[in-house]
Amino acid sequence: MSNMVEMPIAKAINAGLREAMRKDPKVLMFGEDVAELGGVFRVTEGLHAEFGQNRVFNTPIAESGIIGTAIGLAMRGYRPVTEIQFDGFIFPAFDQITSQLAKLQNRSEGFLNMPVVIRVPYGGGIGAVEHHSESPEAYFAHTPGLRVISPSTPNDAYWMIQQAIESTDPVLFFEPKRRYWQKGAVNLDAAPGSMHQARVVVPGNDVTLVAYGPMMNVALQAAALGADEGKSIEVIDIRSMSPIDFATIVESVKKTGRLVIAHEANTFVSVSSEIAARVSELAFYHLEAPAIRVGGFDVPYPAAKLEEQFLPDADRILDAIDRALAY
Amino acid sequence: MSHDPTDLPMVQFLSMEGEVRVPAQWAEYGEYLKDLTEADYLKFYRDMARIRRFDNEATALQRQGQLGLWIPAIGQEAAQIGSGYGVGPNDHIFPSYREHGVAITHGIDLMSILKMLRGVNHGGWNPDETRFHLYAIVLGTQVLHATGYAMGVKFDGKVGTGNKDEDLAVISYMGDGATAEGDVSEAFLFAAVNESPIVFFIQNNQWAISSRSSAQTKVPLYQRGDGFGVPGIRIDGNDVLASYAVTKKHMDDARAGKGPSLIEALTYRIGAHTTSDDPTKYRDDAEVEYWKARDPLTRLEKFLRRNGITQEFFDEVEHAGEVLSAEIREATFALKNPPIENMFKHVYSEQHPLIDEQHAWLEGYEASFGGED
Repeated sequence: MSNMVEMPIAKAINAGLREAMRKDPKVLMFGEDVAELGGVFRVTEGLHAEFGQNRVFNTPIAESGIIGTAIGLAMRGYRPVTEIQFDGFIFPAFDQITSQLAKLQNRSEGFLNMPVVIRVPYGGGIGAVEHHSESPEAYFAHTPGLRVISPSTPNDAYWMIQQAIESTDPVLFFEPKRRYWQKGAVNLDAAPGSMHQARVVVPGNDVTLVAYGPMMNVALQAAALGADEGKSIEVIDIRSMSPIDFATIVESVKKTGRLVIAHEANTFVSVSSEIAARVSELAFYHLEAPAIRVGGFDVPYPAAKLEEQFLPDADRILDAIDRALAY
Repeated sequence: MSHDPTDLPMVQFLSMEGEVRVPAQWAEYGEYLKDLTEADYLKFYRDMARIRRFDNEATALQRQGQLGLWIPAIGQEAAQIGSGYGVGPNDHIFPSYREHGVAITHGIDLMSILKMLRGVNHGGWNPDETRFHLYAIVLGTQVLHATGYAMGVKFDGKVGTGNKDEDLAVISYMGDGATAEGDVSEAFLFAAVNESPIVFFIQNNQWAISSRSSAQTKVPLYQRGDGFGVPGIRIDGNDVLASYAVTKKHMDDARAGKGPSLIEALTYRIGAHTTSDDPTKYRDDAEVEYWKARDPLTRLEKFLRRNGITQEFFDEVEHAGEVLSAEIREATFALKNPPIENMFKHVYSEQHPLIDEQHAWLEGYEASFGGED
């Protein structure tokens, strides 16, 4: 029997990091407050004690410096895992990520590899102050040279962080922070396939519902409520926002003829925009309705007392499903 | 004159008249001149003349439409050749984009640089093999890469072991303009708190496109690292001996585990920022003439002639320059456009479906024209 352990997502990422660091002495973990404290979300708890100051260390509070030095360490043969403390703090590093990290393999014509992982706790729903609830994944998915993934379960969290570290390409690893303490079974023996492969979580026939990261819980809740009303909703966790596994989505849409895409990020020029556009190219004659997107509004992430209205919930997803089914 | 380089203390060994003097205050650097032989002096001159010749030829090639852009380094040859030879055989170099002189001290094929500026690729030499990393166009970004590299060197235990074959340090070049970038301040900080084996080498050529250094800094640049814990020194950047000796000592110190330091080489950009620039719009001829009189090659030539080097040597260098120019021209004309696949190669190191799909589509689209342009 496989070795199944129940743990929350935060602990699963921690366990995955520990496993990767044990396997490969070149794996480093650094960022703000990640050492003795274990990060503000305790995701790196215990790693400093186990692996020491040369492998797990606090940096100055300078995000461009964190990514810029990670690039230099990768050039030296290390596999840096960096933590950006909160989604909204990634922008000081934007240039190093998009102009340097994403381009160096190409610039060097393959002489350099950039096995750098950037861990980013992201998304809202935690009643936080400004800059602590954002979903900036589309900026990075838009950038050639980066890989962008997000787990939604402890099992995925455990395996995908290790796959991200093993990749010789740079990976943005978006962690659904409001789900950090959600528990689930982790199979310590068997990896769940490629980190870029989408997964059909709930099979269905009437409509395809695509989501990822923190929105997966909401999507599953919507599917359950829909099932109570007799609607057969196929739920897909794309797991990877770059590249996107269009084959799995298209196969589903060819069956259901309807597509609803949900994420926390605002919808204008977003991951859902890309999915809607591509599915219209790849499955045009199978579509019974336009793809409908459910996301945050195109406003700055609101103050905490308005986030309930900002974030998509099961009712908004069901409303979109009803609209799709009404065509 | 307000831009007289002697306004502030700086290391200078070679006088304008080509005499070597080692002031007592710089004696520890002067020690590094003792190992230099006549062959070294001739090598410095040959390389400085070679890179100037290359520079002039590249400008001509740009004017003829053979290069998209040229980035001249005329006037900065002493800063570059001197410091380049001050770097040890295991050390790593992180250039900005004007370090053609440093490049030749580490065996970079000059055609690699021309290929890039013609638009054949974005760099493409092997940084691990040459230890001369790729040019960085976004100012200051490379300074953080260099710092990260130096952090890694220390994690590897390759600092301060006393084993000359093992220890190494890193040198990061930047211009006066780049010091204004936040990345450079962050690099100073990361290097200082990690006590990294790195030397920050600022070529202050006094102009950041059309802005004087005074627009980039309120304090002299060699003091810029002080608040971060990175001690600095200013050198006469047009003195190849000062550039060599000070770089060599600072690299030795970094390799020995004495932490980061900073060198400001005061020099002057005789040419334009790039071939797209027109310096007559923002600076006086008189200022340029003032600095031309302090030309690094003229000064070294005076030194060599004082020390018995004859016209024959200079004729030989001139002839080598003519040969180089002809070779460069011929090689540039022969450069082929890259194949389409180069656009898609190396975007990722591992398979990526979108890249594969778009590559296949473009190949098919091009093929649909049946080989017609």
